[in-house]
Formats: sequence, structure tokens, C-alpha cells
Amino acid sequence: MIRTILIVLLFVAVAGTGYWGYSEHQEKNAVLLQAENNYQRAFHDLNFHMDSLHDKIGETIAMNTRNQLSPALAQVWRLTSEAHNDVGQLPLTLLPFNKTEEFLTKMGEFSYRAAVRDLDKNPLSDKEYNTLKELYANSTEIQNELRKTESLAQKNNLRWMDVEMALATNKQPEDNTIIDGFKTVDKSVEGYSDVDFGTEVSNMEKMKDRDLSQLKGKKITKEEAKKIAVDFFQLKKNVKITIESTGKDAKYDAYSLTLYNPDTKGTTYMDLTKKGGYPLYVLYDRNVGKPKISLNEAMLQAEDFLKKHMESQMEMVTSDQYDNIGVFTYARLDNGVRIYPETVSVKVALDNGDIMGYEGTDFLLAHVDKRTPTFKISEQEARTNLNPKFQVKETSKALIRNDINEEVYCYEFLGILGDDTFRVFINAENGNEEEVRKLKEAEPSYNDI
Amino acid sequence: MKRNSAYIKGAFIAIALCFGLLAGFGQNNAHAFSNQVVQVGATGEDVVELQSRLQYLGFYTGNIDGVFGWRTYWALRNFQYEFGLPIDGLAGGTTKNKLAKASKYDKAWVNKQIDKGKKFSYYGGEKKSAKSGEAKGGSAKSGTPKAGTAKGTKGTGQAKAKPAQVKPAKNTPDGYSQNDVNLMANAVYGESRGEPYIGQVAVAAVIINRVNSASFPNTVSGVIFEPGAFTAVADGQIYLTPNKQAKKAVMDALNGWDPTGEAEYYFNPDTATSGWIWTRPQIKKIGKHIFCN
Repeated sequence: MIRTILIVLLFVAVAGTGYWGYSEHQEKNAVLLQAENNYQRAFHDLNFHMDSLHDKIGETIAMNTRNQLSPALAQVWRLTSEAHNDVGQLPLTLLPFNKTEEFLTKMGEFSYRAAVRDLDKNPLSDKEYNTLKELYANSTEIQNELRKTESLAQKNNLRWMDVEMALATNKQPEDNTIIDGFKTVDKSVEGYSDVDFGTEVSNMEKMKDRDLSQLKGKKITKEEAKKIAVDFFQLKKNVKITIESTGKDAKYDAYSLTLYNPDTKGTTYMDLTKKGGYPLYVLYDRNVGKPKISLNEAMLQAEDFLKKHMESQMEMVTSDQYDNIGVFTYARLDNGVRIYPETVSVKVALDNGDIMGYEGTDFLLAHVDKRTPTFKISEQEARTNLNPKFQVKETSKALIRNDINEEVYCYEFLGILGDDTFRVFINAENGNEEEVRKLKEAEPSYNDI
Repeated sequence: MKRNSAYIKGAFIAIALCFGLLAGFGQNNAHAFSNQVVQVGATGEDVVELQSRLQYLGFYTGNIDGVFGWRTYWALRNFQYEFGLPIDGLAGGTTKNKLAKASKYDKAWVNKQIDKGKKFSYYGGEKKSAKSGEAKGGSAKSGTPKAGTAKGTKGTGQAKAKPAQVKPAKNTPDGYSQNDVNLMANAVYGESRGEPYIGQVAVAAVIINRVNSASFPNTVSGVIFEPGAFTAVADGQIYLTPNKQAKKAVMDALNGWDPTGEAEYYFNPDTATSGWIWTRPQIKKIGKHIFCN
């Protein structure tokens, strides 16, 4: 009797497990399929967008009238960003696909710059037409390779999930078509990476090429770096310092120091440039209690700190309170002109006014001792180029980097339009509106964290 | 002994009464504010009071959100102008005294609305010429609890009064939303919760560097969810609840701190499976991670 019951129970258990396993398997497959579908969509979208991109670039070359060219270039711009988006959804990060993404970005910038430009006054140069032609050839090749990969994948019923799994387990997938296909695509772009996009596009690269070679002073040793750090924080002897040098491929040669203070149980991290021993950044990590001092007092602390550690005259441009932390940014003031590229940030604890951090990389990279201000038009003339509805509250002089990364002298107008506050920069040489920046307002809290 | 304790009790009551009186007065004079100077970017109770009082007088028409933003700044400057004060956009001693004298503020009621996240109508009386310097709209006397004040005055003809909302708000670094901050905190926590603080700032900085880079997607979510980019995304650790430190690290990175020297990649040399990552030019090692270009 008992035996029969046991057997029945066992049978039920086995059947139950089997059923459970089967449904788990089904669910797993459903999820895998879902992921696969997403990859497939992104891949086919990419192909579609590359096709249209190719056609559009072809059309722009054929176009002669300017009023047709601008919208067409805007289309190219839109398509590159769509294609870029598709690439971002594919599991390619560990594949060398960077060149293609870079190509898309450059293509996008080139078309955008050309599209928003007044082509009547400033038509495409011969050089730019050549660039367009090269881009066209370039996109032909990418399109072909992608199409080949797509059709092979379809014919052999290849799955992106297999590629993903292979990448995750670091095994070679049985069929390498997809990976090989993309490698070929990337190679074909590499050959074109020297395409001359003109000055306007390489500006992005210009920012990348900044370095610290213009800093004054000679190379310091590790021991000297330690001494600078101790002086900087006026530390006592019991602080433990570890110091490491950046690798040989670092863009900014620096020493990284970690200082542990047993008295406060706080750790300070800082990077000092090897040349001259200037601080790139400082971060102090400790628990910060409830705010006891005002943001205003914290600002005075920050200004005190800057006076002690910087020779230049600095002016506050933003102040923000994040719970128990105040963050301030300062721009250099040069003969009454705000030099916006040369900014530093200072972070202050609102429980006792400690300096919690300093970031000076941008300042060091952009700093130029002597610039020659060019203010050709008067403030009144500049004002005439403002939106008439814009209500000016404050005016000052400024140097900014415009959207093609050139430094330009501007009149800066702070004012309001409706409920929003704006900073408007008018070029002080030709009266162009260089930048209109809407100043952020606080964001409502949707949930308290 | 017994008499002694009674005496102490009495003293306590007396003190408590004094405080009660003070608090009563505090409702309507400058002692209501703390003695701190309030400036642009500040948050907290002083700002709530500042906004409420400015709104009571009709200078401020935005939400009472506890963040001293630009709208509050211009409202305060207008107030300073109308009342013949130096126009500096700072709420210091004199400005706060003038403001407290000219307006009424019911802290308990406003805070209750904020806690509830409730909508409430224009605080204080109707929009009126600020020059008179006296608030006629508010009817309740100081010191009495008046949950009905603002609601009551709402009815008393305020033609221009727009409904304002008491809703707590937060400062966020330029160009990023609170949701971006949360998403990044999740990623940083999932990727590097065992790392020293600076290592977490570094991971957050890499995410930002990728957003700014030509070879990666242009959004925080695009970068984080790019398939295969972060192991924490692939194995689901990104959905762990981040701690405060991860969020702090993200805020530092968003505010411009970059300990990595503009790195776009990093890997853990003990667990990295891809040979390709070793070919990237290395910048430095922070904690367990090697950061590269």
C-alpha cells in the first residue's frame, strides 16, 4: 500500500520536474529570441540607414543649387546619427569597430556644419567637394561589406546570440561570418581615415590633442611631488603617502598620490603634473555630516583656497548645493574679461567648510598667459543683434570657445526671456550670435533618495 | 528631594514657555530665517521660506521648491530694488529683515504641503504693488496655526495669481538629469563596488568620457547599455541597489572630476578575457582596474 503511494508520489514528482524544466526551457528560449530580435532589428536598421546614407551623399554631390544642398546635408546628418545609434545597439564593443563609428561621427559633423552654414555667402569649397566625393566612395564600400555580411547571415541563418555567447565565453564561434564581416567593414574605413574633412571637423580632434607641454617649470621627481603634496595640504608627518607614475601612454604625464590621514581617517587623492608639479585634481574622501554652514560661507572658503593656491584672479560663475556639498566653478578674470575655457571647480563640505576637491585640468590645458583681446564693435552695437524680447540684466566681456572650438571674444549678456534665464554671447568682432545658453533650473524630485 | 524635582519641573516649564513665546514671535519676524546668507544654488528651509515670502509679496511666481534658482534670484533682486536695498541677489541680514517684516510665512503649513507633495495655490495674498510693503491679503494672526491661510486667501480675489506648486527639487549637474545620475550610480555600483572611492569616480568618469567620444553612443543610457560594454550590464549586477558612495562618486565625475586622464576603457587584468583589451594604450592603474585610451 505504502509502496504504491510512494511510487505514485515519485512519479508525480518526476513528471512535475520534467514539466517545470520544460517550461523553464521555453521561457529561456523566449528571452533569447527577444534579445536576438533586438539585435536583428538593429543590424537590419543599420543596413537600411547605410543604404539611404549612401544615396543621400550621392545626391548632394550632384546638387548644384544651394537651397537644395542644405536640406540634403541635413538629411545626411540625420542618417549618420541614426546609423550611429544602430551600431551602438550591436554587441560590437569588443570588436574593433571604432573606425566605422568615428567615420559616422565625422561624417555627421561635416554635414551638420555645412548644412547650417549660409551656403550663399560661403559656398562649399573645392576641397569640401572632394571630401564629399571621398566620403561617397567610402560609404559605397561600407555599404557593400555590410550588405555582404547581411546576406551571408541570412543565407546561413546566423544568430547574433551565438556571436554574443562566443564573445562572452571567449571561444571562437563556429561560423565567424558576422565578426569577420564587421572586421572587413572596419578595415575598409581605416584606409580612408585620412580623408580631409577640412578645418571644421578636425576641431574635435584639436581638443583631443591638447597637452601639458606649455606648462612652466621643470620635471619633478617623486620625492618633490610628495613634498608639494605635503605643503599643499599643510600636512603633518604621520600621513601615509603612496605615489605612482602614470603609464607611458598617458596623455597627461602625472604622478598619482594617495594620502591617508590617520587623524581624520580621510583619504585624499591627487594628481600632480610631472612638469612643474601643478595639481590636476584633488579629491578628499570622508563622510560629510549634515550641512551646518551656508553655501555662501562655503563659497568664501573656496575663494580663500583659490587665493592660496592660484596666482590668477578667479571669478565665480556657478554655485550649486548638492545636499551637504557645495560645488563652485570659477573662470579666470583677465583685465575684466571672463576667460571661460580656463575654469576650475572647487568642492566644499557644508558640515565644516573643508575643501573636498579641486579640479584644474581644464585650466591647465587652456591656460595662455597673454591673449590680445579684440573688441571691434561696441556693446551698444552688439546689443542690436539680440532678440528684442530678450531682457538684458547684466553685461560683461568674455572669451568663449564657440561650437567649432575657436576662441572668440564676446559680449556676454545675462538676462531673461519669459520665465527662463539665458546667457547670450555676441561676437565682439563681427556681431555674430556665438552662443545662447539656457541656464538650468532645479529639477523636481520625483522620488527622494 | 521631591521639592527639588518640582522646582526643576517648574523651571523647565518656564523655559519651555519662553521658547514657545519666541517661536510664536518667530513666525513673523526675521528670526524665522536662520542667520545664514542665502545665495544662488542654495537649497534647504531658508530657501523655502525665501520663496514663500517673495511669492506672498508677488515677486516670485515659480514653484516653491527649496532650490535658489534663477527665478528666485531675479525675484529677490526685484524685491531689493523696490525696497531700496543694495541689489546683490544675496539674502543677507538686512534683506531678510525687510522681507520678514513685509510678509507672512507659515512654516508648518508650507512644510506640510511639501511633505505631502501637494499642489497648493498661490501662497499669500493677491499680486499687489510691492511698494506698500504691507501684506493685506493674509488674514490670520501670527502664532496661530492657520492651515487655512493660503487656501482661505485663495478665494479673496487674486486675478493674476497662478497656481504654484510646492514640490521639492534638486540641483543636478549641467546637462544631466536625476535619472542619468541614478542610472550611472547603478552602473558604477555594479561595476566597482569593491573598489576604493577614487576607483568608482574613475569608472563614472569613463562613462562620461565615452558619452563625449566620437566612437561611442552619445547618451548615458546608450553608453551603459551598449551590449558587451560593461560586465555588470551583461550579468545583471547593474540592477543591484547602489549605495550612497556610488552616487557620490557619480556626482563628482559629473561635476568634472576625472581621475583617469580621459580614459575610455578599463579592465580588470585578473579577469579580463579579451586579448584585444591589452592592446589599448594604458594610462594608469586605479584600484584593481587598468584604465586605457
